[in-house]
Amino acid sequence: MEKSNFNRRAFILRLLKAGGVIAGAGAAGFLFYDPNGLPRPGQEMAGVYLPDFSLPEQKGKMAVAHGSDREKTLRAALDAIGGMKAFVQKGDRVVLKVNAAFASPAAISATTHPDLVEAAVRVCFEAGAASVIVTDNPINDPASCFSLTGIGPAARSSGAEVMLPREDLFRPVTVPGAKLIRNWPLLYGPFASANKLIGLAPIKDHHRSGASMTMKNWYGLLGGRRNIFHQDIHTTITELAQMATPTLVILDGTVTMMQNGPTGGSFSDLKPTQTMIVSTDPVAADAFGATLLERKLSELPHIGRAEAAGVGTADYHSLSPEILSNIS
Amino acid sequence: MKITTVRRISQTFFLLLFFWFCFVMTLGERWHQLRGWPVNWFLQLDPLAALGTLVTTGTLFRGMVWAVVTIALTALLGRFFCGWLCPFGTLHQLIGYLAHRKEKTLARAAVNQPHRAQRIKYYILIAMLAGAALHLLPFADSASLQTGLLDPIPLLYRSVNLILLPFADGAGLPVSPLPRFYEGAFLIGAIFLTALFANLWIPRFYCRFVCPLGALFGLISRYSLFRMGQRESAKCTQCHMCEKNCEGACAPGDTIRIHECVLCMNCLHTCRQARMTYSTALSAQGEILSPDLSRRGFLISAAAAGAAIPSMRLSGALAANWNPNLIRPPGALAEADFLSRCIKCGQCMRICPTNIIHPAGLFEAGWEGIWTPILNYRIGTSGCQKNCIACGNICPTAAIRPITIEERLGTGAFAEQGPLKTGMAFVDRGRCLPWAMNLPCIVCQENCPVSPKAIVTDTVYALLHEMEIIEADGNTLELKGKLEPGQAATGDYFCTIRGRGIGKEGESEGETGNGQHGAEEEGGGRIRITANTESRLTLERKWDSSPSPRETAQIRIRLQRPVIAVDRCIGCGICEHECPVRGLRAVRVTAENESRNEEHLLLL
Repeated sequence: MEKSNFNRRAFILRLLKAGGVIAGAGAAGFLFYDPNGLPRPGQEMAGVYLPDFSLPEQKGKMAVAHGSDREKTLRAALDAIGGMKAFVQKGDRVVLKVNAAFASPAAISATTHPDLVEAAVRVCFEAGAASVIVTDNPINDPASCFSLTGIGPAARSSGAEVMLPREDLFRPVTVPGAKLIRNWPLLYGPFASANKLIGLAPIKDHHRSGASMTMKNWYGLLGGRRNIFHQDIHTTITELAQMATPTLVILDGTVTMMQNGPTGGSFSDLKPTQTMIVSTDPVAADAFGATLLERKLSELPHIGRAEAAGVGTADYHSLSPEILSNIS
Repeated sequence: MKITTVRRISQTFFLLLFFWFCFVMTLGERWHQLRGWPVNWFLQLDPLAALGTLVTTGTLFRGMVWAVVTIALTALLGRFFCGWLCPFGTLHQLIGYLAHRKEKTLARAAVNQPHRAQRIKYYILIAMLAGAALHLLPFADSASLQTGLLDPIPLLYRSVNLILLPFADGAGLPVSPLPRFYEGAFLIGAIFLTALFANLWIPRFYCRFVCPLGALFGLISRYSLFRMGQRESAKCTQCHMCEKNCEGACAPGDTIRIHECVLCMNCLHTCRQARMTYSTALSAQGEILSPDLSRRGFLISAAAAGAAIPSMRLSGALAANWNPNLIRPPGALAEADFLSRCIKCGQCMRICPTNIIHPAGLFEAGWEGIWTPILNYRIGTSGCQKNCIACGNICPTAAIRPITIEERLGTGAFAEQGPLKTGMAFVDRGRCLPWAMNLPCIVCQENCPVSPKAIVTDTVYALLHEMEIIEADGNTLELKGKLEPGQAATGDYFCTIRGRGIGKEGESEGETGNGQHGAEEEGGGRIRITANTESRLTLERKWDSSPSPRETAQIRIRLQRPVIAVDRCIGCGICEHECPVRGLRAVRVTAENESRNEEHLLLL
């Protein structure tokens, strides 16, 4: 019989075990007791912001080069404002924000041209950059966009790293004083260790905002349900221009998409305009781009509003840009 | 080296090769990403897929002719495919071995005895082939290829493509760079795991009782030249060692069931008397060549399929009751032809770079179309990209035709017939922001990849507020009323004066699809608002004739309302994918006007 083994010692042991279970359950209940449930969502305004990548001593620089060879016009325009060395120093970690929005071939000009990407990466490395990251959060499938546009292969072959928009690379951003871009997912991964930002944008017609140029290009840093920003596109672009203060912007008007933008899709949408604009003032660059697109500034309210917000000047003449013709 | 060791090496090699083919099936620039790897090879070696499509279509599409090699080798060697090559069989064998390895010899021999239920797989095969051959009867026109439901090669491809690999996608592994989703993948995974776990009960459960491909090999192996058997010269001591690891449950120590033997050859070395042999001679205790199928069973299986397929079609899904949400990939055949070719392998779903091809569920493609490819424009990284023809070029049976970019876009030799259309977009004016809520948007129009765009816009200046003017001074207006400061300063708001007209209202500026800007500014009665306080508007310019007090100012918002250009829309779904109304999209594609079904034509 078991009975004979069940003595006082065994009983006390059993008592202790039962007590342990009771104490454990009680302790767990005490430690994990939550009288409130979850706090009301969306109240936190934590997150990241993009640092100011601009160089104070390079304020208001602009140059324009005419020609059809993107590498040559880029180099000529850069040389006119002191060369890339003035903007990228030895050991710098550069982010190139391209426009890779659509999975269409480079010839359609809906995206930053791979020749320009390659040239820009090379110029950065020549100036001593330690690393170059090429990134965008495109509209179409990201991997297809980077490969079909040729941006991915161009970037990799010239030594840059391509960063696709993975979910874990986004952080919430709030633009100080902004109405719309508050606590919004930003493609922050590429910027984690960067200290220079260069925007590379084509000049395109855009049905909603009138034009897609360097300031609209920052839209590609947003994630989440960014399409709702089209309800107030001009305010959004203005806030984007306040969010990102680049070291330099490169606006490629070698070919301009005059209509059917921002996707294009046909050569008849394009016009050879043979112009490369390099500037530290995105507002001035876009104002110049508007002339290639044959749009009045009054049709592009975001340019005026970005100027009013202090991002730059729409009067690019005041920067007395050097105009270099016939670069070949 | 023992023959069983050679077999294990072969099984391991083909299993790894199979996984390698699944792994490389990603579009990309890296060396391992679909660089001419014959990723469909296992499907092409599969004689059930070949026979099924041969019966339904009368042809063997391209690589499907590999099945001839498999059949020829089976006629020579027996069921080598099951025991030496089939990756699904290898998985079953591995799990069965692990689960039963510690059991006693007699217990293992008991579980490996031939079982009456092993006939079931033959009935499954008969039913599937009967369904596929239904159209050969003079009074029936409906044939349906359903072999892919249980054919192990499509089943394994489907399971790996839609369940296993998605776990690796987006996890930093060199597969798909972004996470992928597959609607209804749970059921596919549940069946896959059930098939694997069944080995804990009986080894090679799926192979013995379910596999219609194994059944087909079983029927062919009666003609095989070489077979397992016993030689006369050695005695049997009834030790049952030969049955201990018998994979096929074919009674090697008794009258051997040739049609069940998967050539695992485990009996060869375990027989202490060396009685077992693989030769052309007749087995000492005789052979059973064919499964014990009754005429009644045969007829019932065939009749079941003969009743099931036409019953499924009573839903009218192939006639007037076609599902408008059933959008097939570009190049897919007309529905009846499509169903007679698709083996549900999921290759198109894996290769699709935007992850929009999904296995159809019951409510999308009906019983017949379960796990066939359907486009879902809500899931995935984009709509169907118009420069992509990956799905048609990987489809092993040409259920999705291997089209060229030219054919897809309707250029070059295909200019006359125009681009392939997967469906057509419809704007839901009750949900669309500019139509229903007077909010600017037009995301769909911007993203439309067609040139000229298949979404044009009607520009209207919708009236939001009317306010009496207190004072007009240059380009400012002092109003009676209250506005939210800055509310009308976004660049989208305009001011008009009641009774003076608003310029060219309602003109469809996108009619030519190129969104000509600028014309409206000269239009007359409206001026853009650049700033506002509670009661004062600042306008972009002065009025030509200044309004007088007590006239009424109107605040209007400029809206571009999307309208589908029906003749240009290709149904790519990029508009639906991008629509900011995220729940039920305000622009949605249905199979209307799709190129593949003439009776779905919408336009004159």
